[in-house]
Amino acid sequence: MVEETPWQQALRYANRANPYPFYEELRKTPVARQPDGTYVVSTYREIVTLLHDPRVSSDPRKRPAPAAAQAEGSEEQAAEPIREVLTEPNIITCDPPEHDRDRRMMMPHFVGPPHAPHLISDLEPDIRRIVDGLLDGMKGKNRIDAVDDFAYPLPVTVICKVLGVPMEDEPRFHHWVETALDALDFGPEAASEEIRSRRAGGRQAVQEFARFADALLDRYARQPGPGMLSAMANDNGPEGRMPKGVLASNALLLIFAGHETTVNLIAHSVLTLLRHPDALEKLRRRPELIVPAVEELLRFESSVQFWHTRSAVEDIDIAGTTIPAGAPIFLVYGSANRDPERFTDPDRLDLERRDNEHLGFSQGIHFCFGAPLARLEVQIAVGEFVRRVRNPRLVEDPPPYRHNQIFRGPRHVLVDIDGIRD
Amino acid sequence: MRIVVDLNRCQGYAQCVYLAHEVFRLNGQEALTYEPNPDDERRLRVERAAAACPVQAIMIDRLDGAEGSTTS
Amino acid sequence: MTLRATVAELVREFRASGRIVIVGASLAGLRAAETLRGEGFTGSLTIIGDEPYEPYDRPPLSKQVLKGWVPADHTKLPRMREVDADWRLGVAAVGLDRVTKRVRLADGEEVPYDRLLIATGTRARQWPNPDEAALEGVHTIRSRDDAARLQKEFSESPSRVVVIGAGFIGSEVASVCRELDIPVTVVERGSAPLVGALGGVIGGIAARLQRDHGVDLRCGLGVSSLEGDSGGHVRRACLSDGTVVDADVVVASLGSIRNVEWLEGSGLAAGFWGVGCDAGGRAFDINGVVTDSVFVAGDVARAPHVLYEYQFLAMEHWDNAVFGAEVTAHNMVNLEPHYRPHLLLPGFWSGQFGVNIKSVGVPPFGDEIVFTQGSVEDRRFAAAYGRRGRIVAAVTFDHGKWLEYYARLIERSGPFPPPPSGWDQPADTEPMPAEFPDPRVPTAIPDVVLTGHAPSERTAEFRPRRH
Repeated sequence: MVEETPWQQALRYANRANPYPFYEELRKTPVARQPDGTYVVSTYREIVTLLHDPRVSSDPRKRPAPAAAQAEGSEEQAAEPIREVLTEPNIITCDPPEHDRDRRMMMPHFVGPPHAPHLISDLEPDIRRIVDGLLDGMKGKNRIDAVDDFAYPLPVTVICKVLGVPMEDEPRFHHWVETALDALDFGPEAASEEIRSRRAGGRQAVQEFARFADALLDRYARQPGPGMLSAMANDNGPEGRMPKGVLASNALLLIFAGHETTVNLIAHSVLTLLRHPDALEKLRRRPELIVPAVEELLRFESSVQFWHTRSAVEDIDIAGTTIPAGAPIFLVYGSANRDPERFTDPDRLDLERRDNEHLGFSQGIHFCFGAPLARLEVQIAVGEFVRRVRNPRLVEDPPPYRHNQIFRGPRHVLVDIDGIRD
Repeated sequence: MRIVVDLNRCQGYAQCVYLAHEVFRLNGQEALTYEPNPDDERRLRVERAAAACPVQAIMIDRLDGAEGSTTS
Repeated sequence: MTLRATVAELVREFRASGRIVIVGASLAGLRAAETLRGEGFTGSLTIIGDEPYEPYDRPPLSKQVLKGWVPADHTKLPRMREVDADWRLGVAAVGLDRVTKRVRLADGEEVPYDRLLIATGTRARQWPNPDEAALEGVHTIRSRDDAARLQKEFSESPSRVVVIGAGFIGSEVASVCRELDIPVTVVERGSAPLVGALGGVIGGIAARLQRDHGVDLRCGLGVSSLEGDSGGHVRRACLSDGTVVDADVVVASLGSIRNVEWLEGSGLAAGFWGVGCDAGGRAFDINGVVTDSVFVAGDVARAPHVLYEYQFLAMEHWDNAVFGAEVTAHNMVNLEPHYRPHLLLPGFWSGQFGVNIKSVGVPPFGDEIVFTQGSVEDRRFAAAYGRRGRIVAAVTFDHGKWLEYYARLIERSGPFPPPPSGWDQPADTEPMPAEFPDPRVPTAIPDVVLTGHAPSERTAEFRPRRH
C-alpha cells in the first residue's frame, strides 16, 4: 500500500480536530501534486498569488471531464452529489464576467444601496436580541452545548431573515444541508462503503433543497415578500433580473454558507477561548478586544478550510512547480493562516495580533460575500458569551467533529457553566 | 480621530463601507473615498472597519488615545 | 580599539546624540521622522516645513475635499508613533551649506545638522502669465489652502469651470465638477486626458469617460490667454484655435515643480527632475559622487531603478513617499552593510467619474499595450504595457483585485504580452502601440518620469509651456 500524502492524512476524519501537524508537513511542498492529479496549495504567498491569477478558473464546468480511469475517491466523484444537481453556476463557481455581474446584482440586496449600505448594521439590534434570548435560555442549566444551544440558532435565524426564507422550513433544510455535506469527502475515506452509501442520500437532499428554493422563488415572483430573495426575484435593476436557475443556485449557496461557516466560527471561537483561559480572561476584562479577537479566531480556525472548485486554465508556473492546464487546484486557507512565513508564531492565539491579513474569508474576487454579516454576528455572539457565561469549562477536548472537511467544525461543544449573568 | 487608507493596497472589497458608511464611501464600484479625520464618536465603527479590511489598508492614528496605542 | 569597533561606536553615538534635520513636513517627512525614532534614534530632530500646518494628506484634496464632503482641514495624517521633534512650521528653508552643515531658513536662522533629509516635495506649476494667474477665480491645487479656496468657489455654483491640463489632478477636478453638476470645459494640449501617464490608447478611453459624464473636453488645444472683468475676476479663456470659453473659475493643473531652488549653490545633483540619489536615498553631488550626510525622499527624489534599466526615476506617488521615507530614514542611522534599497514598484490610483483607475510599474517605459481582461466598453478591464517583449506596467479600470498579478509579472520581468487570461478575455487581445506622446510634445507630465542615467541629469531644463 502506498503511503498517504500529508494532504490525504489531513483529510482523514480521525484528524479533523487537529489537521495542523499535517498542514505543517504539507507546507514543505507549497504546491503539492496529489496522486489523483489535484494540486494542493498550502502556503500563504502561493495562495494569495493564485487568488489573483486570471489563469485560475473557479468554474468546475471548465475542467476537462475526469479520465475514466480516475482513482476511486477522486475529487470529481466526491463532489458529485452537489455538482450533479446544481447545474447552474453560483458566484463561487463561476468566473468573470458572469461572476462580477451576478455579484454586482446581489450585493445591493444584501448590504443596501450604494450610497448608504446600512442593511448589515441595521441588523445589529436583531442579532443582539437573538443572542440575548439564547443566553437567557441557558439560565438554570449546568451544562450547555455551545453548538446546538448557541452557535447554530443565531446564524440560521439571521440568514432566514436576510434571505426571506420561512423559519418554519428550517428543520427541513437543516436536514438537507447536513445530509449533503456528510456525503462530501475529498480524502481517502471517500471510497469507503459508508461514504459511498451516503452519496445517494446526499444527491437526493440537494435535489429536494433545490426544489424547495425553486418553489420559494416562484412564490416570491407571484407575490413579493420580505428579504433578499424576493427582492432579487422581482429586481428591475439596470443589469436586468437574474435568471431563475442562477438565482436558485445562489440562494442555495447563501443558505449553505449561512448555515455552515458562521456556525463553525462561533463554535470554534468558544472552543478556542475555553482552551486559552488567558485570552478568555483578557477578553472579559477588555471587551473592546472582540474586534481584533474575531479576526484572530478567523485566522486560527478558519471556517472554510479549503476550496475545491478551482482549476488551471493554462499551465501555471508557481513555487518551482508547473500546474498543468486542466488540473484541479485546492487552496488550503486553513494552512495558509498558520504559515510561519507570514504569521509570527502562527500556532499561538494572540487576540491583539497586528498585521493580521488572514485568509479566513479568502481574497480576490471571491472574497466571502457574507463576511460583513458574519463578523457582526460573531463579534456580538462571542462578546456576549464571554461577558455573560459564568465560569465556562470545556467538558470534552477535543469535541466530536462533523464529517465535512471544507466546512470544518465541531458537532457539539459541551460546556459546564455556573450560570448566566444579566 | 485621524486615519489614512493606503489606496494602493485597497482592492475595493468595501468591507469598511458596510461597517462605517458615514466614514467610507465608494465612488462607483471600486473607488474608495473617505473622511480622513472622522468624529471621535465614530471610533468603534472605524476600528471595526480597519480590522475588517482584507488587505489591512486602513491606518489609524496611534497617539490619539486609541486602545492599543502603543508603538510597534 | 579595532576599526570595526570604532565604526560601531560611531553609529551608536550618532543614534544617541546626533542631530538630524528634515526639510519638508509632509507625508515623507513625517514617516521618516517616525522611522528614525523607531530605529532608536534619540538625538535631536528638527522638522522644517514651509506650510503652517502639521503633516496632512494630499490625495483627498482633489476629491472628497473639493466635493465639499470633507473639510480641507480634515486631512491631518495619522501618527504612527511619537516623534519628539522640534517642528519649525510655516518657515521655508532657503539655503543649504554643506561645508558648515547648516540649513538656512527664510527668517534668517540657521539650523545645524549632522545628517540632513531633503523631503521638500513639489508645488503646483502656476499659470505662466503672472497677470492672468493673479486674476480672481484662477486656481491651482496642491495645498490644503488651495483646496479650501477652490471648494468655496465650487460651492457658489459657478456658471462654468475651465480646467487646463487633463492629467490626473485635472481629470479629478473635472470629475468633481460633474458630480456637483457644474459645467466644465477641460482643455488639454495632448491628444487625450492622461496621455502622458497612460498613453493614447487609455487616454482615448478616458476621453470617452469624460464626455459621457458631460465634460466639454477639448484636446489638442492650449489656452492662449485668460481674460478678466474690470473687477479683476477671470471671465473667459481664449483657446489656441480662436474659440472663447466663458467661465468664472479656471483651474490650472499643469503638473508640478520640484522644490529644489533652495538647494542652488549647494553642489548637490539637484535640478528640474529633483535631487539625484542612490537607491538608498543618499544624495549625489553634482559630479555624481554620493554624499554621506545628505539624504532624499519623496516626490523630490530621483533614484535609479533596477527594473527600468537603472534609469533614474522620479515618482510623485503616495507609496513612494511612505516607503522611500522609511528606507531612507533607516539608512540615515545605519552604515554599510546595513543599508537597505528602496525597491518600490511604483503604483498609483485615481478615482474619477465613478471609475477606479489603478496602475503598477512605469507605463511610459512601455511602447506597446495589450488588453488582457474585461471589457473596454464597460470600462472594467486590465491592460499591460510592454517593451521589447517584457511587461513593464499595467493599468486597471475597476479591476483592482487583479493588479497584483501584473505586479508580480513586472517584478519578475515576465513576458509581454503576458499569458492570456483563462476567461473574460477582451474583444481585442492583440498588442498595439501604447501611443505615448513624443517627449518633446508638451502635455501633462506623468507623475512617474524616467529621467535618464546620469545622477546629475539636468538636460530637461524647465521650459515654460505656452498653453
